[in-house]
Amino acid sequence: MEEQLEKELRFHLDQHVNELIARGDAPDLAQRNARLALGGPEQVKENCRDARGTRWLEDLFQDFRYALRTLRQRPGFAAVAILTLALGSGATTIMFTVINGVLLKPLAYPEADQLVTLHGKTEKYGEQWGFSYPEFHDYQSTSRTLRSVAAWTYGGGTVTKPGEAEYLFGRHISSGLFAVLGVPLVAGRAFLPQEDQPGAAPVAVLGYGLWQRRFGGSPETIGQQIVVDGKPYTIVGIAPAELRLDGEADIYTPLGQSTEPRMQNRGAFFIHVLGRLQPNVTLAQAQTELSVIARQLATQYPEDNQGRDMLAHPLSQEVVGDVRPTLWLLLGAVSLVLLIACVNVASLLLARAVSRRRELAMRVALGASRGRLVRQCLTESSVLGISGGALGILLTFVGIHPFVSLWPGSLPRAEDVQLDWRVLLFALGVSLLSSFLFGLAPALRAPRELERSLRGGARSLVGNTRRLHSGFVVAEVALAVVLLVSAGILGRTLLRLSSLDPGFNTQKVLSAHVALSPAVLHSPAKARAAWEDILDRARRFPGVQSVALADVVPMRVGEASVGYWATPVQPPPDHTPLALTSIVTPDYLSVMGIALRRGRFLNEQDRIGHEIVVVIDDNLAQHAFAGSDPVGKPLWLQGMASNPTKIVGVVAHVRHWGLAGDDQSRVRDQIYVSFCQLPDPLVPFLSSVMSITVRTNISPLNVVEPLRRELRGPGGDQTLYDVHTMDDLARASLDRQRFLLWLFGIFAGLALLLACIGIYGVLTYLTNQRVPEIALRMALGASTGNVMRLVLGQSFGTIVVGIGAGIFGAVAAGRLLQHLVYGTRHADLSTLAIMIPILLAAALFASLIPARRASQVDPISALRQE
Amino acid sequence: MAPPKTDLPQGTLDLLILKVVALGPVHGYAIAQRLEQVSRGVVQVPEGSLYPALHRLENRNLLAADWKETETGREAKFYRLTGKGRKQLSTEAASWQRLIDAIALILGMADGGAR
Repeated sequence: MEEQLEKELRFHLDQHVNELIARGDAPDLAQRNARLALGGPEQVKENCRDARGTRWLEDLFQDFRYALRTLRQRPGFAAVAILTLALGSGATTIMFTVINGVLLKPLAYPEADQLVTLHGKTEKYGEQWGFSYPEFHDYQSTSRTLRSVAAWTYGGGTVTKPGEAEYLFGRHISSGLFAVLGVPLVAGRAFLPQEDQPGAAPVAVLGYGLWQRRFGGSPETIGQQIVVDGKPYTIVGIAPAELRLDGEADIYTPLGQSTEPRMQNRGAFFIHVLGRLQPNVTLAQAQTELSVIARQLATQYPEDNQGRDMLAHPLSQEVVGDVRPTLWLLLGAVSLVLLIACVNVASLLLARAVSRRRELAMRVALGASRGRLVRQCLTESSVLGISGGALGILLTFVGIHPFVSLWPGSLPRAEDVQLDWRVLLFALGVSLLSSFLFGLAPALRAPRELERSLRGGARSLVGNTRRLHSGFVVAEVALAVVLLVSAGILGRTLLRLSSLDPGFNTQKVLSAHVALSPAVLHSPAKARAAWEDILDRARRFPGVQSVALADVVPMRVGEASVGYWATPVQPPPDHTPLALTSIVTPDYLSVMGIALRRGRFLNEQDRIGHEIVVVIDDNLAQHAFAGSDPVGKPLWLQGMASNPTKIVGVVAHVRHWGLAGDDQSRVRDQIYVSFCQLPDPLVPFLSSVMSITVRTNISPLNVVEPLRRELRGPGGDQTLYDVHTMDDLARASLDRQRFLLWLFGIFAGLALLLACIGIYGVLTYLTNQRVPEIALRMALGASTGNVMRLVLGQSFGTIVVGIGAGIFGAVAAGRLLQHLVYGTRHADLSTLAIMIPILLAAALFASLIPARRASQVDPISALRQE
Repeated sequence: MAPPKTDLPQGTLDLLILKVVALGPVHGYAIAQRLEQVSRGVVQVPEGSLYPALHRLENRNLLAADWKETETGREAKFYRLTGKGRKQLSTEAASWQRLIDAIALILGMADGGAR
């Protein structure tokens, strides 16, 4: 290509020379004239190349090398810009990595978008995940849009052989579960349909973690026996490590083998159901069919299924839970920080573009087009942006795992949060986008001003960019205000929620699940004796003040609600109010330190054979008996329809759902029933879920291990698990708010820092340009104080405008937070009254130094330079 | 005495080149010569603009180029008109003619009407 161009031009030149010689010019004169006529060959060649339009790649390289050179000349500027961008883009990339892992990546199962989870829905209770076992079979056999349906529920037990006694978290699963999910087992096989029946030989599939821990990952494990709750199971398979059914499980057993009475109960909703769609069926189609089946069931079994509709959701939604809005909220907040960083760098670049005007003017004179200059500026900003982005990726790599581990509770799919190509692509995209953002203003501005600047002096140039710089400051301040006020809202929320009365004394109380020895679980009498023994031993233990049993502990996962009514006539099912029912021993009141309002709590006299009594809380008393004294009155509980219980006392309400969530929860009435009054058939089931609560004189944590050993029981196989102090549980119920406050606090701090740096930079630059004017003023009699006031006043004006704009944004943000975070209230005046002055003070402080420097200008030397 | 040079209005250079090439395949130097000859010295194309224009037209597929031998035995790049170029030429020539007629009418009007 180049050769041809060279040849063509040479031909032309030679022709022209020949012609001139033929006309009579001397050879060298002819050469000279011919060359003059053609013009500079390089110029011609370049124009030809431009006309062909293939130059852009070479141009890009040239621009790139040039950009690197200029940035190396100003390392300080480059460093500041790159660091600022790295902070902004790094934080944003970390958030995106989390979002990518949790929300965007499909689940680890093959064709995971075909997997659905089913939920029931009633008017009264809303959406629920629970199905009954007969219901599951109905859906499995009748649904045509679902290729296969499987079920699972929680199970578990104490393993005694091989190895030490330990409580295992397990799942009861239907035989088709592994097939539905499509995950191959690590070893062995899944359950066969004939093993999923009552009376079949007990078999189990081990969880991957348990296999590694207890069996050393040995392939010989298949065929061995494991004894759980006294029953031997033959191990037939090992589950894959990534299988998650609401968390990891240690052991899987066939659901169909369970002989519990609730398996036949159509009204017992305790099973999770999931399924796989037929290959060409959409979720909507499946949803329609399921609603039809639900209606059929409702007419067939009105007592249990009336009004119960069916919803199908993608499985990923169930796994992710309610963390989605929080993640997007955080991404939004971190984007604001990135935006501030971009604005900072934009103003830096603009200031530099103006100071480089001579250099740019020369390039224009040498023939660069305006488009070329814009491209050059954008290339330079891209270099900055990509460097910042690369550093940001490094930050992400270092910071992502600490971030995930700090997440309150556990982040769903935390194991999927990793840097992959999508994250890198995102980081690249963000870098380029922000380069564009902050590079555009100077790129467009500077060349346009060039001609004017070549004629006029520097002042006209600065004057036009001053408005842009002020605009930058306003934007930065506004964004900082939004983040600061959001942090303030969260802070106040946390303060308010922390001061809420939990309803009981959280200090120095332990709670732990107790797994009875499998030997006693099946006999109600033995179980009761075991519990008595446990209570005795614990009571006598040094450091323990009082001990009680409870099946449901406040602020911990787990609840049991039961319908109740206070009149002899049972109200229709959707009008029956619900209450949280706790089955406790009499000492519960003193262990938890709940205030007694009226009457008495349960006591030793309340046993089997005596009248069944209950104690209710304030809320229930208010709802059912508004005003009148409930003590002595009857209360009917669902499941005991014919015989009412007698209310013997009223206690204070306990914030069972946690400090943050209790006020908005649906079920707030509470009932306490005595453990000793439980009928025999219920004892084994309840015994498997009972917990012990212990009030100690000394620090509870010192008591845990000794108590654990003490309570091993005669067979050495009674175990404690899920041990927590009530203090921890109460604190944990505010974990999310606290975490968000931390993050928003960091974001707000970053934003404030960046905004102040921006203000400082802009003001320094502008006052430098105004030195002649200031010198003139001083020569005419202005004092240093006047000058300072002048500069500060200008700065103050911009900042106030920024704050004004920011307040609108902050109010909107406050409303958003109210939606997304439990317990938050909107931004009110007091929050603003605290946050705004902080911003104002910081901004004015940032303005102080440039103002002082301006006031120290020596008027004479400054004027001389002009 | 050389007649005063007239600056070419923008965009007309392309049109003129197309016309010259329409008469037969020709190399760049010959185009410049032809333009000067036919216009009796009025149109003198700055050679620095000629070649970029040629390349531009080639890029737009209005001209096609081959390397051929001239009478003197040297190799030169000869341009010829493509079908697309032919169409472009007639369109542009027509609108140019319309413009000239319009301007002539207006100028005639300023003169006093009779033309």
